[in-house]
Amino acid sequence: MTQYLAKRLAAILPTIFFVTVIIFTLQQLLPGDAATIMAGEDQDPNVIAYLRQKLHLDEPIPVRYGYWIWGVLHGDLGESLRIQEPVLGLILQKLPVTLELAAMAMLIALVIGIPAGIVSAIGKDSVWDYAANVVALWGLSTPNFWLGILMILLFSVQLGWLPASGYVSPFEDLGGNLAAMIMPAFVLGNAIAALLMRHTRSAMLQVLNADYVRTARAKGLDERTVVLKHALRNALTPIITLGALEFGTLLSGAVLTEQVFSIPGFGKLIVDAVFNRDYAVVQGVVLFTSTVYIVLNLLADLAYFLVNPRLRA
Amino acid sequence: MNRKFVMAFGLALAASASMAQTLRIGLAEDPDVLDPSLARSFVGRIVFASLCDKLVDIDEKLNIVPQLATSWQWSADNKSLTMKLRPGVTFHDGEKFDAAAVKFNIERHKTIAGSNRRGELLPVSSVDVVDDMTVRLNLSAPFSPLLTVLADRAGMMVSPKAAQANPANFGAKPVCSGPFKFVQRIAQDKITLERYDNYWDKANIHFDKITFQPIVDATVRLANLKSGQLDFIERVAPSDVAAIKKEGKLGLARITELGYQGITINTGKSDFAQKNPLGRDPRVREAFELSLDRAGIVKVAMDGEAEPGNQWVSPGNAFYAKNVPIPKRDVARAKQLLKEAGVPNPSFTLMTGTTSDAQRLAQVVQAMAKDAGFDVKIQSTEFATSLNLADKGQFEAYVLAWSGRADPDGNLFSFHGCKQPLNYSGECRANWDELLNRSRATLDPKERIKIFATLAAEIEKERPIIYLYHRNWLWAFNKKLTGMRTVPDGLIRVQGLKM
Repeated sequence: MTQYLAKRLAAILPTIFFVTVIIFTLQQLLPGDAATIMAGEDQDPNVIAYLRQKLHLDEPIPVRYGYWIWGVLHGDLGESLRIQEPVLGLILQKLPVTLELAAMAMLIALVIGIPAGIVSAIGKDSVWDYAANVVALWGLSTPNFWLGILMILLFSVQLGWLPASGYVSPFEDLGGNLAAMIMPAFVLGNAIAALLMRHTRSAMLQVLNADYVRTARAKGLDERTVVLKHALRNALTPIITLGALEFGTLLSGAVLTEQVFSIPGFGKLIVDAVFNRDYAVVQGVVLFTSTVYIVLNLLADLAYFLVNPRLRA
Repeated sequence: MNRKFVMAFGLALAASASMAQTLRIGLAEDPDVLDPSLARSFVGRIVFASLCDKLVDIDEKLNIVPQLATSWQWSADNKSLTMKLRPGVTFHDGEKFDAAAVKFNIERHKTIAGSNRRGELLPVSSVDVVDDMTVRLNLSAPFSPLLTVLADRAGMMVSPKAAQANPANFGAKPVCSGPFKFVQRIAQDKITLERYDNYWDKANIHFDKITFQPIVDATVRLANLKSGQLDFIERVAPSDVAAIKKEGKLGLARITELGYQGITINTGKSDFAQKNPLGRDPRVREAFELSLDRAGIVKVAMDGEAEPGNQWVSPGNAFYAKNVPIPKRDVARAKQLLKEAGVPNPSFTLMTGTTSDAQRLAQVVQAMAKDAGFDVKIQSTEFATSLNLADKGQFEAYVLAWSGRADPDGNLFSFHGCKQPLNYSGECRANWDELLNRSRATLDPKERIKIFATLAAEIEKERPIIYLYHRNWLWAFNKKLTGMRTVPDGLIRVQGLKM
């Protein structure tokens, strides 16, 4: 276990280094010129020249990478040129918002997805199975932004129950915070619930036919124990991986959902930054989220150990 | 007794409600940096209108009216402008506004690294403090657009003390002298301003707080207004106008913009110009223009929410050149011109934005031009990329809008002046430059109208830009909101606004 952990940890550093190179290079390959877009409508040549110099755009890409990585190693992710705020500050400002949204969405997904998957696996080819499949298919194929706008029209404009969009800090007003987050969390959770349901179903179907489950039943265990304790526990391994990956994706920002509901999270931050060629922000956010992604993957691997005793041997 | 108590309670409630009133405004984008010297976006100007007063302002009819300067006088040679300043004005940090502050600000605009105002104030060579409340701007040459320039960000005054204390990040916490002072900004979420109690015109300010929330999607912005989370939204989608009119509790205001929507043609920016009949031959451009029905374009692409136009200012503007009216669609004549040019079926690529509005416009143009024999290929390009391609001259025709300036010079000089930064067509003519410079040096509006008429006739022959229409700024708001002023710059004046 310790050896495995050490190996995984050692692999993280080169991975992150590789990620920084990719982020940086890909961004430089984007068409368009950061200085021109930053210069705004007027395109004043003096402003463009100043920005070029400030962004080191006249220097070769490896040198620019050097400037950036040197800052990163010293804890300085740079400053957003567009709004004059430090990138790290922006990340720390958006992180709680995105974390909350991701956690709520994941919770909704788990609460809907896993029970639905179990039910449809147990009652394979029953009415419940078909119903769950139809709902899952709907969840998977509904575009987020469309569902979001329809929910706004129904719950905010027609019924007036929930705020149409925007964000309220939970420390200011917890009720207002939940009211603002429930719709976007549902929109996001909905699609993941469908995914989890499909995977839970197929994983459960596999293990329910396994010999040890038959043995458990033969021992005279009640169906509840067989399904929840013996079958589900084994079926959970791939679902944990999927859950961690989906959570990682949520953390890197739910672009469309955040846009529709005006939730000031990572998704909105990065989209605006890409369109404005605010390089420091794009690099900082992508570096941050990919690091989180890598760490989450590691945690998922560790979680296998906890649910699967065979790996511990 | 009981009734009295209820009444008193009701009155107290009403009083506290009117005491702490917030105006909640929905913006179409997140503003850029809130430093008047560095700012470069239209949406930022909406926030500035509540935050930073300017030396002068413009009114509904584009007249220059006093703001921080109460009167002004040009010298006999038109090479200096003396301004009397408003007494008793203070910045949000309590510092006094005086002639020294004006000198500091103009110099800051001109010298701060990355200033977007430097070009606008280029003709201002020095600033003299005549006395405490009088300032003189000395020019290297007469410059008629100066006052309208001072009615925008170049005329905004920030607290010298605050700007000196925080030179690198002033825009993160701006200190000005407008009706509201800066409280907080959460990027992409909210900008909060609070009423400035020592504002010189405080009798006209009826809100305690203003919040600006960027909500990019027009449908969601409107939903927020309908559900009561916002009081005011800017840039309503033209397609939503009919629904808003039916809504009893919402008001709608529209103003024709100072800017325009047009198609810029590469006539000399790069070798793309000579390789394509549209860039090479003015007859082909004339045919292209004649194939277009501007009223039809406005109807389809803008749901009728724009004014058709063929110049850099709208037909209702005092500087519109009446000698060059909007041409009627004439497909037969267009075909004949193409025949004369020897290219009955010219083909070119029209670079356009990726928004649905831009796509609609491009498709209507494509369909109309086809009737005359044109084969228009639409190339949807993300904005930053398109700007880069335009700058390098790697395009044949480009759909490009301009937000507009109060003086026609702001819509003209940089676009039609030789080698100017926004001259994407690459058309470079000595006589145009001469006319442009003359219009800058002439202060008399009547003389300027004559110059613009000559220029319009000249530009019309070459058509480096085919102007199409002037969009309406569309505002929707809670009907209880009164005192709204519709100034063509599309900015929200909070003075007099009440709910």
